[in-house]
Amino acid sequence: MQSFLRDATEFLPILLQGVVLTILVTIGSLLLSTVLGLIWALMRVSGVRALAGLSAGLINVIRGIPIIVLLFYLYFVMPDLGIALSALQAAILGLGIAYSAYQAENFRAGIEAIDKGQIEAAQAIGMGWWLTMRRVVLPQAVRIVLPPYGNIMIMLLKDSSQASTITVAELALQGKLIASSTFKNTSVFTLVALMYLTMSIPLILLVRHFEKKANQR
Amino acid sequence: MIELNDVHKSFGHVEVLKGISASVEKGEVVCIVGPSGSGKSTILRCINGLESYDAGEILVEGARVERNAPSIVAVRTQVSMVFQRFNLFPHRTALENVVEGPIYVKKEPRAEALARGKALLTQVGLAEKADVHPPQLSGGQQQRVAIARALAMQPKAILFDEPTSALDPELVGEVLSVMRKLADDGMTMVVVTHEMGFAKDVADRVLFIDGGVIVEQGPAKAVLNDPQHARTQDFLRRVLHPI
Repeated sequence: MQSFLRDATEFLPILLQGVVLTILVTIGSLLLSTVLGLIWALMRVSGVRALAGLSAGLINVIRGIPIIVLLFYLYFVMPDLGIALSALQAAILGLGIAYSAYQAENFRAGIEAIDKGQIEAAQAIGMGWWLTMRRVVLPQAVRIVLPPYGNIMIMLLKDSSQASTITVAELALQGKLIASSTFKNTSVFTLVALMYLTMSIPLILLVRHFEKKANQR
Repeated sequence: MIELNDVHKSFGHVEVLKGISASVEKGEVVCIVGPSGSGKSTILRCINGLESYDAGEILVEGARVERNAPSIVAVRTQVSMVFQRFNLFPHRTALENVVEGPIYVKKEPRAEALARGKALLTQVGLAEKADVHPPQLSGGQQQRVAIARALAMQPKAILFDEPTSALDPELVGEVLSVMRKLADDGMTMVVVTHEMGFAKDVADRVLFIDGGVIVEQGPAKAVLNDPQHARTQDFLRRVLHPI
C-alpha cells in the first residue's frame, strides 16, 4: 500500500495530462455526436423519403463499423486522400461519427414517443414542420431522451480510451507508457481504473438525476 | 364559406368518402352524425388538411385546400379544429396552450396575445386555471382549454371532432354549453357528434353520413325528428334507445 501511494504521487501528474486529453476527446466527440445524431434523427422523421432513407443507411453503415477501424481509417487512410488530420482531430471525428448512430436512434425514439395527436393539434393551428418540432415535440422528447443520453456519455468517456490506438496520449495510453517503462503494472493500471471511475461517478449521478426527473411527469 | 364538391378519399383499398358534396354557410352550425367508421371524422380532417383527399375539391373561403401546399397554413388559421382527445400540449400551461398559435404562428405581440388568451379562458370559465398544466385538469376542463386554443386563432369557423366522446358523462354538459354559447355568438361550426340533443337544439342543419356518402341532410329538427331514409331511422332508433 505504501509503495502504491508512493507510485501514485509519482505517476499522477503524468496521468493527469492524459486525463486532460481524455476529457477533451470525450467532450469534443460528445458535442459532435449530439449534433450529427440530431441531424440524422430529424432526417429520419422528416417525412421526406429520400432523407429518411439516407439517414437509415448512414446509421447502419456507422453502426456496422468498429470504432477502432473508423479511427484507423480517419488517421491512416485519410492522409492518402490528401486530408491529414492530427491524432486528436481524428479521434474526436471518429468517436463523434461512431456515436452519432446511437445518439440518432435515441433521439428518434424520443421524438416518436410524442403522441401523434399533439402533432396534429400543432398542425391544426398552422404550425409547420420545424415549428412543431421546436415548440411541441423536442421540448417533450428531451425529457425522454436524457437518461439514455447520460448513459451514452458514460460509454463515450470509456470508449475515448480507443483514441490511444491512434497515438492520442490520453489516460489509457499514458498509463500504458508508464507501465511499460517502469513495469509497475499493478500500481499504474489501478490508478488508471480509479481515475476513469472518478470521472464516471458524476455522470452516473447525473443519469440518476435525469431518471428521477423523467419519472416525475 | 366551406364547400365540398364530390370529395373522394381512400385509405389503401378502402374508400371511406365516396363523393361528398356539401357546403357550410357563414354563421351556420352543421352537425354531422352517423355510425362510427362512416367517414365523419375524415371529412373534418380533410377540410383542414390533416388528411389529403384523392378526388373532388374542398374550398375554404374560395381557396382550395391542399394538404401539402404552403397555402394550407392560411386555411388552418381560418378554420380551427377541436379534437376528441383534446390534444393539448402537456408541457405548457393552459394559458400557454391558448397563446401558442397567436404568438408563434400569427406573430402577434406577446402582451396582446396573453391578454386575449386570458379573456378566452375566462370565456370558457377557466380563468383561475390559466397557470395549470393540462394533466392536472379534468377532461371537460381540458376540452374547454382546447376550445379556447381554437378560438385564439380568431378563426372564421371551428371544426369539432366528437368533442365530448372522450368525456365522462357528467363533464359533457360543460363543454356543450360552451359550444352552444359560441353558436349563439354566430360562430360557424361543423360538429361531428353523437349528442343528438345538442344537434337538435343548436344545429341549423344535420348531415347523416353512412358508408362514405351523405344519406340524408336537412334542417336539424326535420332530419332528427322525422328522418326519411331507412338507414337514418335505424341509426337514430339505436342511438336514442340503445336498450
